[in-house]
Amino acid sequence: MKLKLLSIALGAVAFGAVSSASAATLDDVKAKGFVQCGVSQGLAGFSNPDDKGNWTGLDVDLCRGVAAAVFGSGDKVKFTPLSAKERFTALQSGEIDILSRNTTWTMSRDTQLGLNFAGVNYYDGQGFMVRKELKVKSALELSGASVCTNTGTTTELNVADYFRTNKLDYEIVAFEKADEVVGAYDAGRCDVFTTDQSGLAAQRLRLTNPADHVVLPEIISKEPLGPVVRQGDDQWFNIVKWTHNAMLNAEELGVTQANVGEMMNADNPAIKRLLGTEGAFGEKLGLGNDWAANIIKAVGNYGETFERNVGENTPLKLPRGVNSLWSKGGLQYAPPVR
Amino acid sequence: MTDTNISVANVSFVRGKMDPALPPPISESGIVGWMKKNLFSSTSNTIFTLIAIWLLYIIVPGFLQWSLFDAVWSGGDRLACATTQQGGELPVGWNAACWPYIGAYMKQFIYGRYPDHELWRVNIVFALFFIGLAPLLMPSIGFKKLNLILMLGVFPLVAFILLTGGSLNYSGFLLPNFIMAPSLLKFWIDFIILTAIVIGIVYGLMRATDSDPAPAVRQTLFAMGVLALVMLIASTDFGLEEVETDRWGGLMLTMVIAITGIVASLPLGILLALGRQSEMPFVRLFSVIFIEGWRGVPLITVLFMSSVLLPLFLPDGVTFDKLLRALIGVALFSAAYMAEVVRGGLQAIPKGQYEGAMALGLSFWQSMRMIILPQALKIVIPGIVNTFIGLFKDTTLVSIIGLLDVLGMINSSLSDPKWATPVQALSGYLFGAALFFVFCFMMSRYSIFMERKLDTGHKS
Repeated sequence: MKLKLLSIALGAVAFGAVSSASAATLDDVKAKGFVQCGVSQGLAGFSNPDDKGNWTGLDVDLCRGVAAAVFGSGDKVKFTPLSAKERFTALQSGEIDILSRNTTWTMSRDTQLGLNFAGVNYYDGQGFMVRKELKVKSALELSGASVCTNTGTTTELNVADYFRTNKLDYEIVAFEKADEVVGAYDAGRCDVFTTDQSGLAAQRLRLTNPADHVVLPEIISKEPLGPVVRQGDDQWFNIVKWTHNAMLNAEELGVTQANVGEMMNADNPAIKRLLGTEGAFGEKLGLGNDWAANIIKAVGNYGETFERNVGENTPLKLPRGVNSLWSKGGLQYAPPVR
Repeated sequence: MTDTNISVANVSFVRGKMDPALPPPISESGIVGWMKKNLFSSTSNTIFTLIAIWLLYIIVPGFLQWSLFDAVWSGGDRLACATTQQGGELPVGWNAACWPYIGAYMKQFIYGRYPDHELWRVNIVFALFFIGLAPLLMPSIGFKKLNLILMLGVFPLVAFILLTGGSLNYSGFLLPNFIMAPSLLKFWIDFIILTAIVIGIVYGLMRATDSDPAPAVRQTLFAMGVLALVMLIASTDFGLEEVETDRWGGLMLTMVIAITGIVASLPLGILLALGRQSEMPFVRLFSVIFIEGWRGVPLITVLFMSSVLLPLFLPDGVTFDKLLRALIGVALFSAAYMAEVVRGGLQAIPKGQYEGAMALGLSFWQSMRMIILPQALKIVIPGIVNTFIGLFKDTTLVSIIGLLDVLGMINSSLSDPKWATPVQALSGYLFGAALFFVFCFMMSRYSIFMERKLDTGHKS
């Protein structure tokens, strides 16, 4: 056994030399042949392994998109499931190349951790769910309510802020794990269940009678979720940022996974620039000019990934809402390719 | 008178044959008697019995109803286990286990996310493990020494190669890179230099203590040779696809961590226990610091240190495999506990045994190996197995550093909206509990068997 341990130890040192946190992430990624992507240990719709063990979700598709931009194939990506506590260390130490793990973009994270947020691929916000029988129409009527939530997350702090500023009495009933929170709410231990809106949609499936509950209109926090990269590597930062932007531009221009082949012959100059039939935008990123075409082929445009992972036809049934394109009244806005 | 005498003699008041034994009174035998003796022998006993029956009455039928009679056994997604309110077909108010969800995830619960087409490798390792372990556990089968060498020497290497894919790349570890570029050749040159250094140290030590250096040097050479052979085999390309440890998971990962911990902690623990009782101050001090240090921190802290802090200390670009870090942490942690268990056994041995061993002229190691440890370890079998069982269950803590053992896998599967129902989590946890119970119960039964087997009658 000692021999085994030693041999693993030496082997690991040798393995370890493979991944590297040096400045040129793109070169490292090309050398090792895949993108190492940090994801959650399981969050429905965002990064979640299905019962076959394949990773699916909005955050996962972004990583596949980056892999497609670099290698032309969305399969050249490996996923590292990370807990909330270790996610930033994993990125800082070079264990992963991108952190795409429903991470909220905050100022302190952006400025103090040596990391950069490359965009927002989902605008989330904290919401409330209550029983219909309470006949509550607004969160402002929740004075004296007991609130079920997770411990140690920003959710708890947001609730405290919101109830204090509105001078409402409340009582927190906090649990460690999401299924405990839902169980307690379902059993009637508290009046209100609060978490991010996407989470409310997912947890609703676990209630005894989902129709008895209603989500209140108030959104009490801003939770812009996006991919994170290390500071100091602008090229890689740009690649991740423009992967997301390319998916948005593709939706805006009507380029989909199904029609991307035909669109290569389109006359629209914006589409030509995006798909690389005109100009050399990909080369300037250090990629091939068909980088965006490869992304669309691999995962589709932003709207398609949204519908596939969290949209109306999935169990989550999340409305597009603020995540619509800017042209449809939402917040998703990408700078043009030109 | 005579007649009378004869007639008296003829009256057979002595029985010629035995009367058949009567069955014991109905109140003392059979079920009634057993119950009277064991369940209702006194007022307090009767009260406890009634309470126990009442508890069983409220728990067992409900449990069976939930887990078996009302449970759903087949289906393709959450709708199979959903009531009409939740969008399914089951009656409102239904609440019972959802087994098709376990069925759909069974492969992940056992193998983690190990690639489908490579699962045979894990199966072979499982099979080899049980085939190798069974004869080792049965006292009636011989060849224990050979078996032990196979299980502790060959099996780990085979398992390592099969599970990871082998063909490690070495790039050297000793000489700075500007003298020679990292390569396989440099690794072996480094290895030879290391061997020379180690032999030098051993030789020097032996000379300093006025012993004959030849046997020690021979043994060291042999050990380094074995090490080189192991590393050579580990670096050989057997044409197996590499499977990174982050795809390992489920029961397989639990077993890897638990078995590594168990196998590494016993010898380390014995050494530490001996070290703590040693008369050499440095050895004693080291052992005490090691044991108290590791016992003083919770396992979660150790795992966190290994996964969050350690990468920050290491130079840029060097990352240790996360599983390896956890394995080392778990092994050292349980070694500290094991050391204290073994020390308990050592202290229970009467001083006369130590003195007797010395009087026979045995060296320290001889007396430990032949006199003290066999007795001491026999005494502490329950404590050792206790530590093993604790370690087996503690492996679930690795899920906080992103390694998905059985429980981590169950937790991770709970986020799948395809199976999300109110009963999903309970079904998953029940399955996990049953799995852990089976393993821990087997270990505990085996420990009782060994205690009886090795009982030499000193207890009474």
